Amino acid sequence: MSIIVDEGTKLAVSGLTGREGSFHGLRNKAYGTDLVAGVTPGKGGQDVEGVPVFDTIKEAVTEAGANTSMIFVPARFAAAAIDEAIDSGVETVIAITEGIPVLDMLRTYWKAVEAGVRLIGPNCPGVLSPGKANVGIIPAQFFDPGPIGVVSKSGTLTYQIGNELKQAGTGNSSIVGIGGDPIVGSDFIDILKLYEADPDTELIVMVGEIGGDAEERAAEFIASEVSKPVVAYIAGFTAPPGKQMGHAGAIISGSSGTAQAKKDALEAKGVRVGESPTETAQIAAEMLRSL
Amino acid sequence: MDLLEYQGKQLFAKHGLSVPSGEVADTVDEAVAAAERIGYPCAIKAQVLIGGRGKAGGIKIAQDAAEARAHADAILGMDIVGPHGEGPFRVDQVWIEGGSDIAEEYYASVILDRGEKKLLAMVSAKGGMDIEAVAAEDPDALVKRHIEPSGFDVAAARSIVADAGLAEDALDEAAEALVKLAEVAREEDATLIEVNPLIVTAGREVVALDSKVTIDGNALFRHQDLAEIADTVDDPQEQMAKEKGLTYVKLDGNVGILANGAGLCMSTLDVVAQAGGAPANFLDAGGGSKAEAIVNALEVIKSDAKVTAILFNIFGGITRCDEIANGIVTASQQIDLGMPLVVRLDGTNSEEGLRILAEADLPNLHQEKTMLDAARRVVELAGSAA
Repeated sequence: MSIIVDEGTKLAVSGLTGREGSFHGLRNKAYGTDLVAGVTPGKGGQDVEGVPVFDTIKEAVTEAGANTSMIFVPARFAAAAIDEAIDSGVETVIAITEGIPVLDMLRTYWKAVEAGVRLIGPNCPGVLSPGKANVGIIPAQFFDPGPIGVVSKSGTLTYQIGNELKQAGTGNSSIVGIGGDPIVGSDFIDILKLYEADPDTELIVMVGEIGGDAEERAAEFIASEVSKPVVAYIAGFTAPPGKQMGHAGAIISGSSGTAQAKKDALEAKGVRVGESPTETAQIAAEMLRSL
Repeated sequence: MDLLEYQGKQLFAKHGLSVPSGEVADTVDEAVAAAERIGYPCAIKAQVLIGGRGKAGGIKIAQDAAEARAHADAILGMDIVGPHGEGPFRVDQVWIEGGSDIAEEYYASVILDRGEKKLLAMVSAKGGMDIEAVAAEDPDALVKRHIEPSGFDVAAARSIVADAGLAEDALDEAAEALVKLAEVAREEDATLIEVNPLIVTAGREVVALDSKVTIDGNALFRHQDLAEIADTVDDPQEQMAKEKGLTYVKLDGNVGILANGAGLCMSTLDVVAQAGGAPANFLDAGGGSKAEAIVNALEVIKSDAKVTAILFNIFGGITRCDEIANGIVTASQQIDLGMPLVVRLDGTNSEEGLRILAEADLPNLHQEKTMLDAARRVVELAGSAA
């Protein structure tokens, strides 16, 4: 097994007719993901390399059987596209778009919760289940199937760790990029819950960064609800307070949200925290061997 | 994006919240002229993006023109360091406003609670002091309540201000003020609004005497007035980076850094620090692999006179390392770095990228295979921070 995306995923891509959407949507298809539809208002009836395009996500669901929506729509229109996806009947919405206003996401987050739709992102690289399906922009070549579940706020940092795990001869059940925005549809806890229940996941690697308190909350959750070993990495020890470090959510406010506080919270609950991406991968590989 | 006190107050006034009227000044003469128009006593307040201005001597009351001149002269040009060591922030502007007849000092804020994914209203009768200290010493003195996504009306606000123990005769007006703060958050895309103090005057009017406002940079497309404020960046390197469309944050060290992806870039700063170095900046090149993007990034990093060596840490995902290597070769023909460049290329097409760099045989370019080795090497080459 794996989590969120797999052989049963039937993907509709909002923004498939755009440059980024078509590049990544078709890459996902080439990987083996069942790409059933594209969605662009006003372009219904066209196709992108044989993939039918619909005007609405609802049509992609009723006409093409889509159960997963990927959002590649420009930031100012993306929240409306996510709202449309939530109402369309899909089970999962994966929003790649970066730069969506946070108050739009506040509203959209609760809409997804009320509808019971799983929302991943925004500002995330997507979800990859190696050998099964790839929805998003994660370069799949660094990840083989295996027993390690990865959940991360960062894209490139995850590829770096994934590549080192691969070189250490192991692989992944799934890789979930939850995104670097202040409000994301799924937090560490939501994904830890899925990995805990997934029989193919034996160990979890969690990659956090400065800002907010999602890592601290995850530490509490791991202590009480997660039986599988967790290895963590936190980026941003040298980040100064008050400066946004690339990701909209990566900012230390006053004295809260520091990397040290997150590391301390995790270690207090018995979670090992690597000093560097390399050490994190080494610890994960070692722990896996001793399981 | 953070607003200066007076910019936040202008936003409050736009939404009908009472603020003292005042004027902004860039020079001592302008400040004195403004004080003369406003009358005495008046407050002369340093406009910098950091708290603790009062303690640092950045807020003074003037009783006459001579005092206004002396205070403006002392405050303009001073450096203010924040309570958590932020800054220093140079004072380029002062805000002059009429003195207020203060009967009560309260605290009110509306912030985005990322964990609970709701707006959070906070009110205390203990205003005018460090609210984190109030919350630590007397947690009950700070009433915190989430604003439900369904809405926020005067009745809900009134129950918060009443629970906080504000004066009975000020409750209605304070509740209205809180509703207006929530309106500012929603309509102006503010993720933090803090009023400390929110005062009740001797005439029993509720007035916002200070403001701290953070606007969501991602929402500036729908706020033309605020977008203009965002275009004014103080730091020359940050201004240059902004014009070139790069994500750049200036730091204090001498090791210039470029990486792709925000997480990898933060991690690169950390490993450089672990290796004993001091990072000069954060610069996320994103997916930009073209020579032009690399030239731009190198120009911004190099324009910081402190930088003595540069580290390029790239993990190619969608971006291909061979393209990056070609970009580096082209860039090196266009720009004379005059300092060592350490390059670590890994990921997609890294072997091809490494071969391109080796064949180009660029002077002062050092290749390392891993992130840790690259960090050690650049720290060694950079020498100790000046």
